[in-house]
Amino acid sequence: MSVFVSWILRAVAFGTIIMYGAMGETITEKSGNLNLGVPGIMYLGGFAGFASAYYYEKNAASPSGVVCVIIALVCCILASMAGGLIFSFITITLRANQNVTGLALTTFGMGVANFFGVFILNGASYTAAPLANKAFSARLPFMTKNPAPVLEMFFGYGFLVYAAIVLSVVLHRVLNKTKVGLNLRAVGENPATADAAGINVTKYKYLATCIGAGISGIGGLYYVLDYNQGIWATTDQIEALGWLALALVIFTTWRPLNGIWGAYLFGVLYWLYQFLPTILGLHVPGYMTDLIQMIPYVVTIIVLIAVSLRKKRESQPPASLGVAYFREER
Amino acid sequence: MNKQITAQEPLFRMVKRDNVKKGTKVLTVAAAILAALVVDAVFIFLVTGLNPFSVYGVMLRGTFGNKMRLSWAVRDLASLLLVGIALAPVFKMKFWNIGAEGQILIGGLAAALVMVFVGDKVPSGVLFLVMFLASVLSGALWAFLPGFFKAYWKTNETLFTLMMNYVSISIVACVTNILRGRASSLGKLNMKTKAGWFPEFLGQRYNINILIALILTFAMFFYLKYTKHGYEISVVGESENTARYAGINVKKVIIRTMVLSGALCGLCGFLIVSGRDQSISVSTAGGRGFTAIIVAWLAKFNTFTMVLISFLLIFLERGAGEISSAFGLNDYVADIISGVILFFILGSDFFVNYKLIFRGKKAKEVQES
Repeated sequence: MSVFVSWILRAVAFGTIIMYGAMGETITEKSGNLNLGVPGIMYLGGFAGFASAYYYEKNAASPSGVVCVIIALVCCILASMAGGLIFSFITITLRANQNVTGLALTTFGMGVANFFGVFILNGASYTAAPLANKAFSARLPFMTKNPAPVLEMFFGYGFLVYAAIVLSVVLHRVLNKTKVGLNLRAVGENPATADAAGINVTKYKYLATCIGAGISGIGGLYYVLDYNQGIWATTDQIEALGWLALALVIFTTWRPLNGIWGAYLFGVLYWLYQFLPTILGLHVPGYMTDLIQMIPYVVTIIVLIAVSLRKKRESQPPASLGVAYFREER
Repeated sequence: MNKQITAQEPLFRMVKRDNVKKGTKVLTVAAAILAALVVDAVFIFLVTGLNPFSVYGVMLRGTFGNKMRLSWAVRDLASLLLVGIALAPVFKMKFWNIGAEGQILIGGLAAALVMVFVGDKVPSGVLFLVMFLASVLSGALWAFLPGFFKAYWKTNETLFTLMMNYVSISIVACVTNILRGRASSLGKLNMKTKAGWFPEFLGQRYNINILIALILTFAMFFYLKYTKHGYEISVVGESENTARYAGINVKKVIIRTMVLSGALCGLCGFLIVSGRDQSISVSTAGGRGFTAIIVAWLAKFNTFTMVLISFLLIFLERGAGEISSAFGLNDYVADIISGVILFFILGSDFFVNYKLIFRGKKAKEVQES
């Protein structure tokens, strides 16, 4: 039982990282922009959040957890939105190819985070921001030292886990029940029609991409300050997470609500290699765990194929995804 | 009436250009690279306080300073260029194969396995042939799957190929884990017999890779520009409907091109294993699968332009290694510098394809220009 609980705990935490990434990317893609720079944005967000919290902790006379959380979140979102803005300017205003720009943004974001990260590390192999970690992973007051397993499965996480669920419900409502959401979807499906209807296509694309980037970046922040216990080390782990977030967008068929269970399912599959053998009482040699780690990716491939075989109209990507809009072009 | 309209006219508007001259394109890209270098110089100065010119100087010397360094730079250039050449046909077809990384790995793994298990049992000519076939076939298979599903059911190839990367990483991790046993790393394969290692050619094993890259640069240029296949690829890339109308079997072209690309990526894996690393690990592909996309795309699939772009990127990568040791910075500065340069080159395309017309110019003038 306890193994099962720790599996779920890891899975939900893991899922939350990619859930933020995927939610942000969903908003971006709904406007017709395919941003392959999600890994880079998650780097920017995660690093900005960590660096700001780290310096606040180090320099403030009596640092408080709440202030730390606010500073980290604000810096994370600003840095991620800056990444989104670079992407928006190059692809929306300058109409460059989105995929290549996204890949360049991934390189750039990873470079920026790890380059400045080395200055903070200052020779050490890792640096910690313990206060920020404590604040971000703080549990509810009634969660005492040894809570019942069931309680722990539901309430054993930092606040960003619940914020992610709330955010996906909010995004679902905004996308499907408001005029802004309708306009946004129109822009992504057919920008020329939206333009003719008087919607400011450029504004929607810019806002959706930048806000989407801001949300994606929180995934990086959650990874560093909660999931990874507030430790920054030079890493390429975030890149893999960013790609998984992109896969999750397709897995959820562009619906934020599906993201909730989809993300946790990815988490369960990701941690399968460690927990399932223990539960079944098997001894699995090291090389087999390497092989088991491919399962989430294989599942994604199967889902991709299944979705394309069914050809349901509701499960299709936005029609103009990846195409730059120029008014005078037919 | 007329006045009211001019009052509402925006500051500038955009017009698409036709028939852009080649000189204009080259100048625009050159200007973009120059601008990016200026931005990077400002960045380097602000962050580190170093003189950007001396930083660039160290990068230049580090890459071309002596014969050995130049040879290493060409070796890296060839590795990147090979992957770029492999990707050119699929990307020209607008098929987003971001799985080159996985195709290289699986090809390299196939070559490495052949090397280990039959290395000492057959003459080296046969061995190289078997390694070649194994790597090309496994790379082709890795590409065939997403190509097949894309052709028949329009399965999103970007994610399919991306996920295939992780599948190959898992497999390679598993096999290297078995091969190395209790050792901490695999080390060079067949250290004693050197079976499956390319012979030294003009002093270096990797010179064979450079030679093959050179041959393929010409071959792929010819294939894309002067063959029926190449023509079909460009038509499918421009518009699938046009292709279908012209009687091109789109499904066949997609699968065939993807298999070709995967086979070449598999070949890259073989060349990296035999000619360069003499080993296999999860980082054998080393991100080239992604960088090569940028190479292929920026070069507009012209393999000779690809040589120049790979050259620029390798220069940045190797140069960054130099400045990191010379100034106590770290390698990641290369990612930042090349990121900025890529942004500028990507953005510069706008000024090639569009023209800005500022408010106040008379309509007649516009028509004339």
